[in-house]
Amino acid sequence: MVQGPKLDWRGRDVISIRDLSREQIEDVLYHAQQIRPDPTLLQGRVMASLFFEPSTRTQLSFATAMQRLGGRVIGFSGTEGTSVTKGESLQDTVRTVEKYADVIVMRHPLEGSARLAADTAVIPVLNAGDGANQHPTQTLMDLFTIKKFHNRLDDLKIGLVGDLKYGRTVHSLATALTRFRKITLRLISPPTLRMPPSVLRELAGLVPYTETDELDLRDLDVVYVTRIQRERFPDVEEYEKVKGAYVITLKACEMLKPNAIVLHPLPRVDEIAPEVDALPQAKYFDQVQNGVPVRMALLKLVLLGS
Amino acid sequence: MNGELKVSKIKNGTVIDHITAGMAPAVLKILGIERGCSDTVIVAMNVRSKRLGLKDIVKVENRALEAKTVKKIAIVAPQATVNIIRDMEVTEKIQVELPKELVGIIRCPNRNCITNSSERVVPYLIVESHDPLSMRCHYCESIVEGLAAELLL
Repeated sequence: MVQGPKLDWRGRDVISIRDLSREQIEDVLYHAQQIRPDPTLLQGRVMASLFFEPSTRTQLSFATAMQRLGGRVIGFSGTEGTSVTKGESLQDTVRTVEKYADVIVMRHPLEGSARLAADTAVIPVLNAGDGANQHPTQTLMDLFTIKKFHNRLDDLKIGLVGDLKYGRTVHSLATALTRFRKITLRLISPPTLRMPPSVLRELAGLVPYTETDELDLRDLDVVYVTRIQRERFPDVEEYEKVKGAYVITLKACEMLKPNAIVLHPLPRVDEIAPEVDALPQAKYFDQVQNGVPVRMALLKLVLLGS
Repeated sequence: MNGELKVSKIKNGTVIDHITAGMAPAVLKILGIERGCSDTVIVAMNVRSKRLGLKDIVKVENRALEAKTVKKIAIVAPQATVNIIRDMEVTEKIQVELPKELVGIIRCPNRNCITNSSERVVPYLIVESHDPLSMRCHYCESIVEGLAAELLL
């Protein structure tokens, strides 16, 4: 990876992948590749971890990232026992917490909450998921994983599989891919769960795409799988029929190129058969591991600058 | 009729012309007179127009419009012109213009958006495209497309 010119990261919020240029994305990925645990780098700094709804991976990997750089973590997971249950507004919570911490990492069930927190706070805010809207550090770790295995983010054939209508990760990834060259997308989903028109319009003229309901994994460099959730279907029978058609089985993987990679934002339920885990193309656990260096890089960048 | 428009002139007030056909009721709602008012209000709908094909017109006597009201009209009728009438003459003609940012003008349609919660925050949408009209919520990034009269505050 080539380091670009020094970008001004210090004090910056990271709320939406939409806010980041190609240069900025590459800069984060460069720092994520370079960064190593260093107990002195963020010594004396405090990260406030405000998880208004619980999360396993994101919360733990942010905390791990901060601690590996020598920083401390305060905060809560779930609102029980906090002032929020007494009716405190998000803006007041943020104004209070920023008196104790140097950076806020926030997950909240309402869309737009992260932007509001960032507009309210003086210290940087990192969005760890605002409802169904954005989860930019997930997208950055997806890109980091793709770059790690293919050594490029241009000239790739990428298949997005499963629930493309409601899946926040695939929307953000598609937006991010418009920053890169010679990307082609194969959008594989049941007709009722196609990519929303608003996302397709973002792709127009930048990323050629095809839409199909057939699980065709041939020629792809990356297969990005998402879960099809039962609550998206009015009747169970229809769900069972559709779900089965998009399961990544050993048989389906026979279509894969040897150097293709299979990714999944996790948690997985049954959309990737467990036998697939042993294949060399299965990289979803590497992907989840990459959350830590990406978040270490972001914490370092917004607290110390490039 | 020969396509000729026969609507009474007003002495003093405002004429909103070139309203997108069918949007006159939305303009009346913006003006706060959908349930009537004490001054004369003349409404013409589906009138022939060289520029628009068909248009609506609203004339309101003894009424000047605030800047915020003009911005709201631009959302439902982006081609509209606002004529200020003094002593039967047009003294000023304003082409409505959709601002880049709509703060406190229109609400976000996403029910799960922070702006539709109990949080005290003014809705804020950014105009991304004028034709076709497309706006994005600054907070939740939802897209609003088309002439969204029902979302006006």
